[in-house]
Order: sequence, then C-alpha cells, then structure tokens
Amino acid sequence: MSFEDRLTELEKIVEKLENGHMSLDESLGLFETGIRLVKECEQNLKNAQQRIEKLVEENNEIKSEKFEMQDLT
Amino acid sequence: LPGFPRKIGVATSETGAVFHDIVTILKRRYPVDILFVPTIVQGENAASSIVRSIELLNRTEVDLIIIGRGGGSIEDLWAFNEEAVARAIYNSEKPIISAVGHETDYTIADFVADKRAPTPSAAAEIAVPERKELLAKINRLIDRLIQNQRRSIAESISYLDDITQRQTVSINRILEAKKEQFSACTGKLDAVSPLGTLSRGYSITLKLPESKLVRSIGDVAKTDKVQIIVNDGKIMCDVKDKEVFKWK
Repeated sequence: MSFEDRLTELEKIVEKLENGHMSLDESLGLFETGIRLVKECEQNLKNAQQRIEKLVEENNEIKSEKFEMQDLT
Repeated sequence: LPGFPRKIGVATSETGAVFHDIVTILKRRYPVDILFVPTIVQGENAASSIVRSIELLNRTEVDLIIIGRGGGSIEDLWAFNEEAVARAIYNSEKPIISAVGHETDYTIADFVADKRAPTPSAAAEIAVPERKELLAKINRLIDRLIQNQRRSIAESISYLDDITQRQTVSINRILEAKKEQFSACTGKLDAVSPLGTLSRGYSITLKLPESKLVRSIGDVAKTDKVQIIVNDGKIMCDVKDKEVFKWK
C-alpha cells in the first residue's frame, strides 16, 4: 500500500466519521484503522525525508569531488 | 546541431594553428573525442580533398563535423566556393559547422553548412557546451529538485496533521453524541423507574418471605411479615390488622 493509497483510505474514514451516522463500535473500528493509517503515513513521510537528506548528502559529496576534478583540468 | 556531441570530426589543414585552436577550445569547454582528418584547404587539390574528408567523416561515428581554415585572401578560400564542396556539405548526413576564413568573408560553404562560425575558435565554441555552465545548471536543477521534494514532504506532513486533527474531532463528537443519547435514555429510565416514585414519598410493600409485591388487601393476611421499601431504606413490619377500604 502506497502513501497515497493510505491517505485516500484515511480521507474516506475521516469523511465517514464526520458524517457520523454509525454505531459506536463501527466508529471506534474506523477510528482505530484511521490511527493506524496515520502512523503508517507518518512513517512513510519520515522515511522519505530521511532518504531525501541522505541523497542530498551524497550529492554534496559528489559535488565536492566534481569541483576537485575541475581544478585539476 | 547536437547539444552534447561525443565525437567531433575536424577537417582542416595539418599545418597552421587552426586545428590547435579548435582542440584547445574544445578541451577547455567540454570532454569530447576529436577525430582529425588532415585536409588540403588551399590550392588546386583543396576541393577534392575537402569533399573526400566530408565523405570519410560521414562514415565514422562523429556527431558533428567542423571544416575550417584560417584566414586568407578570397582567392585562398576559393575551394569553399566550389560546387563539389557545396554539394558534399549539403549531402552530408552529419551536421557541419563551416569555419572558413575571417569574419567578413562569406563562402558558399558557409551558406550550405548547418552553421557558420566566423573563426575556427568560434566553431569550437558553437560545437560544444561549456562544462562549467552545464555543471552550474545541473546544480541549480538539483537545488530545485531538493527544494521541491522538501516542500512536497512538508505539505504532506501538514495535510496529515490536518486530517488527523479532523479525525480526532469527529470521533470525539461521535462519542459526545453517543453519551448524550445515553443520558437522554437514562433520563427516561429514571422517569419510569420506581426509584423516582419513592423519592416523591411513595413506598412499596413486599410480602415476606417471598418478597411478593403487595397490590391488594387480599395479598396479605394478619400476622404476615411485610417489608416496606421507602426512598432511603427498608422497614420490616408485622401485619396487626387489615381493613378493606375503597378510595373511590
């Protein structure tokens, strides 16, 4: 399940909860699923962020190498 | 012209500064392979030599051909006005930059070529991009890419926050609604409960030992034990006497 899939699912749940016509058990079940989706989405975002920072860092290393190469020529 | 040629064919004189100038500039600007075809660019044999070089380079893997010579009088450049040369350039499948002579002299080759350069050095500059500019451009692109990614993540985070907030608000609202429903129900229950009646001063009498509700004078007999339940306790009683009585 991708981040977008989870988010879409979460949106549906929240809309249902906002409409509010359901049993307590049903709404609690939805809420529980919703919270699980929120946690997973947060994890997705955290991973993405870390990956970006890692790539940025790697790119900075490459950049500095490139500049050294340029100096030689 | 190709934006990023890998291999450039150069057809020019073996002697003279033209080839050297071209190589110097190409190397300074961009890493590219150079295929040099020595070519006679002046005199009787020039036209056929130029045609031969163009045809030869067309059979190689070069991405681009520069034909050039240094300056000279218009007579010196004459080969570049010959029909055979013009046709060879026109028929060339590889793009050709013509770099013939001085800025002011135009030859027919210049008009047939894909691009005319005023000097051989200028041809080299036209042929390849500048490495430093490219690097700077790439770095700008990378910066934009990174900013974009960061922004999109930040947007996702704040959207997730919003939706989580909405979820919490709704579940709490549902819970409140259910509580209200519940307390409305207990209110009704209270209203019909005997406990409500007791608090208004009425009491309930049960016949012991079976704790049977006493509704009628016939439910008890003399010497029976009964229990009277009031708002805040129970009273154990012995029946001393009984009497039928009509309220209405």
